Amino acid sequence: MLTLTSPTETPLHKLGAGPKLAALAGLSVVIFSLQNLWFILGAGALVCGVYLAFGLTFARYGAAMLRPLWPFLAILVLWHAWTSDWALGAAIGGKMMVAVALANLVTMTTRLDDMIGVVERLAVPLARFGVKPRVLAVAVALVIRFTPVLMDKAGQLGQAWRARSARRVNWRIVLPISLMALDDADRVAEAIRARGGL
Amino acid sequence: MEKNVTYIALFAALIAVLGLVPQISLASGVPITAQSLGVMLCGTVLGAKRGFLAALLFVGLVALGLPLLSGGRGGLGVFSSPTVGFVIGFPIAAFVAGLIVEKTRAAIGVAAFGGALIGGVLVLYLFGITGMALVLGKGWVAASLLVGAYIPGDLIKAGMAGFITQGLAKLRPEAVLSRG
Repeated sequence: MLTLTSPTETPLHKLGAGPKLAALAGLSVVIFSLQNLWFILGAGALVCGVYLAFGLTFARYGAAMLRPLWPFLAILVLWHAWTSDWALGAAIGGKMMVAVALANLVTMTTRLDDMIGVVERLAVPLARFGVKPRVLAVAVALVIRFTPVLMDKAGQLGQAWRARSARRVNWRIVLPISLMALDDADRVAEAIRARGGL
Repeated sequence: MEKNVTYIALFAALIAVLGLVPQISLASGVPITAQSLGVMLCGTVLGAKRGFLAALLFVGLVALGLPLLSGGRGGLGVFSSPTVGFVIGFPIAAFVAGLIVEKTRAAIGVAAFGGALIGGVLVLYLFGITGMALVLGKGWVAASLLVGAYIPGDLIKAGMAGFITQGLAKLRPEAVLSRG
């Protein structure tokens, strides 16, 4: 399955996932606590600069990942046009954009393997509470493998529906999709047990 | 043990699939995402604990950078955006929905509808509205007005969750772990 990691190699790709996540956590706290509009604009310019420094393709991809935020920016503009409190609106919208762009930067420059590596390291101390790192790894791998499998099967069910019915595919198709998930879960559990279990 | 893990993993995948399948539409033909329906089903079918873990696994994979949220969204940016509350609320919503199905003696379809309504709509919107109020710097009432338009759709989804859980209980009684 496709991940959101950028195929454009950047120097940030070489950095460890752990330090990047720690830096992101720290910077996010700082950004959300900023009050001065100029500091927020400065942070925004800085983040924009980092994206652009990694090339236009990378920056365009980053901009596309911010698209879900536009409706919320529109709401903020309308709201603060009504209360005519522009500075506050710009600060709230700016903080949101900068924080999301920064978090996306970590997602775009960190491979899934490295992220899973961090999870495995964090899971080691959890073993004492009964969370086996191996079980966690198997569960993650199963979701990654079975999401496209279930997507395919759901697509086939949709085609079968369209071939047999004049009516549009509706929510009733969720029942057979869920049924497939249950049956697949049973079969995979048997297969894992047959190979020695978890 | 194996069965627990595969049920949790496959239902995490189911949440993703229901958010990405584009072909589901309401009776009126309005396209909706069925992602929250997936969260409801995690609770009503798997029960509180496993439903919670399935939704948590899903949220964890979104954080790792997989584009599993409806519209192909994902990554760490989700957790700084206005919809953060809904994502964080997924595991809690599934837990509450599952708990209600486990603890009530009503018929499975009715219990699942009630669980989906309280867990998948009420609890989920409490989290979602709170997150939106915090990120957008607005009051709770203003934030609830912003998402109010989506509530009727989610009420309908709670009804669907009831029907689907009832159907699964009829077809695979041993697989509906919330009443196991």
